[in-house]
Amino acid sequence: MPEFNPGNVLIYLYQLLGWWLGTLGIPAPIVVLIQLLVSIISVGAFALLLPIFTIWLERKVAGRFQDRLGPNRVGPYGLFQSFADVFKLLTKEDITPAGADKVVFNLAPMLTVLSVVTIWAVVPFASTMVGANINVGVLYIVAISGLGTISIMMGGWSSNNKFALLGAFRTAAQLVAYEVPMIIVLLVPVMLAGSMGVQDIVNAQGTAWFIVMAPVAGLIFFITSIAEIGRAPFDLLEAESEIVAGFHIEYTGMKFGMWMLGEFLHAFTICVLTAVLFLGGWQGPFAKEVPVLGIVYFLLKSFGMYFIVIWVRSTFPRIRIDHLHAFNWKVLVPVSLAAVVLTALVDKLVTTYLPGAGDVVRATALLAANVIGVLALLGIFRQGAHAERERLEGGRDASHGEAAHHDEPGEPGAAHASAH
Amino acid sequence: MNLSQIIFLVVGAVTIISAVLVVTLRNLVHSALWLIVTLFSVAVLFVLLEAGFMAVVQVVLYIGAIAILIIFAMMLTRRAMSDEASQTNGQWPASLLIAAAAFVSLAGLLNANAWPALPAADLSGTVRQLGLALVNLNAFVLPFEVASVLLIVALVGAIYVAGEKR
Amino acid sequence: MQTDWIFIGIFLLIGLVFPTVPLVAAFFLSPKKPNLVKNETYECGVETVGDTWVQFKAQYYIFALMFVVFDVETVFLFPWAVAFQAMPLFMVVEGVFFIVLLAGGLIYTWRKGALEWV
Repeated sequence: MPEFNPGNVLIYLYQLLGWWLGTLGIPAPIVVLIQLLVSIISVGAFALLLPIFTIWLERKVAGRFQDRLGPNRVGPYGLFQSFADVFKLLTKEDITPAGADKVVFNLAPMLTVLSVVTIWAVVPFASTMVGANINVGVLYIVAISGLGTISIMMGGWSSNNKFALLGAFRTAAQLVAYEVPMIIVLLVPVMLAGSMGVQDIVNAQGTAWFIVMAPVAGLIFFITSIAEIGRAPFDLLEAESEIVAGFHIEYTGMKFGMWMLGEFLHAFTICVLTAVLFLGGWQGPFAKEVPVLGIVYFLLKSFGMYFIVIWVRSTFPRIRIDHLHAFNWKVLVPVSLAAVVLTALVDKLVTTYLPGAGDVVRATALLAANVIGVLALLGIFRQGAHAERERLEGGRDASHGEAAHHDEPGEPGAAHASAH
Repeated sequence: MNLSQIIFLVVGAVTIISAVLVVTLRNLVHSALWLIVTLFSVAVLFVLLEAGFMAVVQVVLYIGAIAILIIFAMMLTRRAMSDEASQTNGQWPASLLIAAAAFVSLAGLLNANAWPALPAADLSGTVRQLGLALVNLNAFVLPFEVASVLLIVALVGAIYVAGEKR
Repeated sequence: MQTDWIFIGIFLLIGLVFPTVPLVAAFFLSPKKPNLVKNETYECGVETVGDTWVQFKAQYYIFALMFVVFDVETVFLFPWAVAFQAMPLFMVVEGVFFIVLLAGGLIYTWRKGALEWV
């Protein structure tokens, strides 16, 4: 019988299950299979039931941002609102539009849920708890997210609806475009940790989180992740005034519910990934000795990121599609390439010429390099904005008719200014 | 037969069947979707060979990028929604003959050699070794840099071709 | 190592079962009263005209191509990044050279105006 360890209670239960099945005389491979099944179902069920809570949380927090109360009728603080929504969706009629490709139409919402849930297979919850500790974890996450793009195209195409098709291709263009800077900056944690395994990356963040060593990469990863989930300010896939609901316009009932589930779960999943890759995952005081504490840190960081996602969503207006693509190709891609080069050179120079330097020196040097890089970037943006203003002012003097646009106050971000 | 052999047979069958569907179905989009199934089962075959890196690269590049590129290319055509388009033309018997000949010679080649069994090796560090080999002056550094040039050529070519149309 | 991949394989299979459960439940719980008007393609109340498959502009294709190029590039760089800690400086510089070459490609595309969403 395994020894009871209160700090590692979940692994204890896992081992206890294996021990108990072993005493029943079940052969060892079957025992391992049952153990795997139980852990898979618990991870998957946890991931899939999470949106019931996060949807409530998001409505509540977004409500407060907009000076409203948010849901407050069903249960205490409206906690059971999402359950009511689930039952409503279950009893709604499921309409398949005429001319739809039935098999693909039904498969698409399932595939979108699959593409998000299976990311959780490589997420480390604590120092001892990780589903699959494969040595290519980071690329696995990218690969599985690619299935999501396919599912959106399937849904949009099979609906036999012009809005759906336009929405699907617009979404696909946005997703593939923002995947470029995302996978480029994923090189940075891989470089710093020396491994693509997600658990190895968390282990490497014992001294300093990667957000300290590579703040630019972390920020770009977070921004592109928000674009990947199609949240405001990047919610062009659901631009109501142009393409109604986008690719899922023809979906009703529970199939629509699956799209929504996938979207909200994805929103939380990117927070989890940001927490794991850049905020140290389960790392924290005593997390190595008491793995259960690690789960607490991990969830705290993830929910902290989720709050920021909601914050961004309720603060920024939707950006125009040409700005969206210009921001990606002309700002994020060059900056992410520069971030990789900067991290590689600075880290290697420090470890080559200061052989005795520990992680603290490395982290300080990388942080300083990042700060200098950001200052240089802001300088370039300022210059670009200045040149743009000159150009616009020159244009106004030439033709007085086009003054209206220029009189707007300065655009909110430096990034926008260079995006023209 | 052990578990991995059973999985290999099932996945191999899925690969072949979906590959046949890719070239026989009349609906372009359905062909593309079956192509994704084929590519995914090839990724599973890589996993069975304990080549995890190749497996994820297969999914990232072929499903995540190439398949999407194919669907994007399809929407530049006008007939993707119709089922009438036939995938074959009058030359299908000739190509069938060539394909059969290629298959027979490949199968004969595989049978003719006795394949030595590899000794069990530690495969956990293969990605690191690959990375070191890519930038090692005595190994693959030239192909590595040439690959970068090749990618630029592809990019420039694409821009040039698309620019002509506009 | 193989146990981890079995875990992922089973996870993928069960990942398909998870969404099936609510869909099957909805199949039994929801009403089914289809009619011609209800099943029509939704276009804000206007009857749909012509083929659904509209012609898209080439910009989508260019962006997809650029995505493929950069994707392949980054996949080349991942083994380099994994081995990064064990490399001497000149090997790192070789990787940086690889990135700089591609940045040149990006600048060419930018200059040619192919990055504009028109």
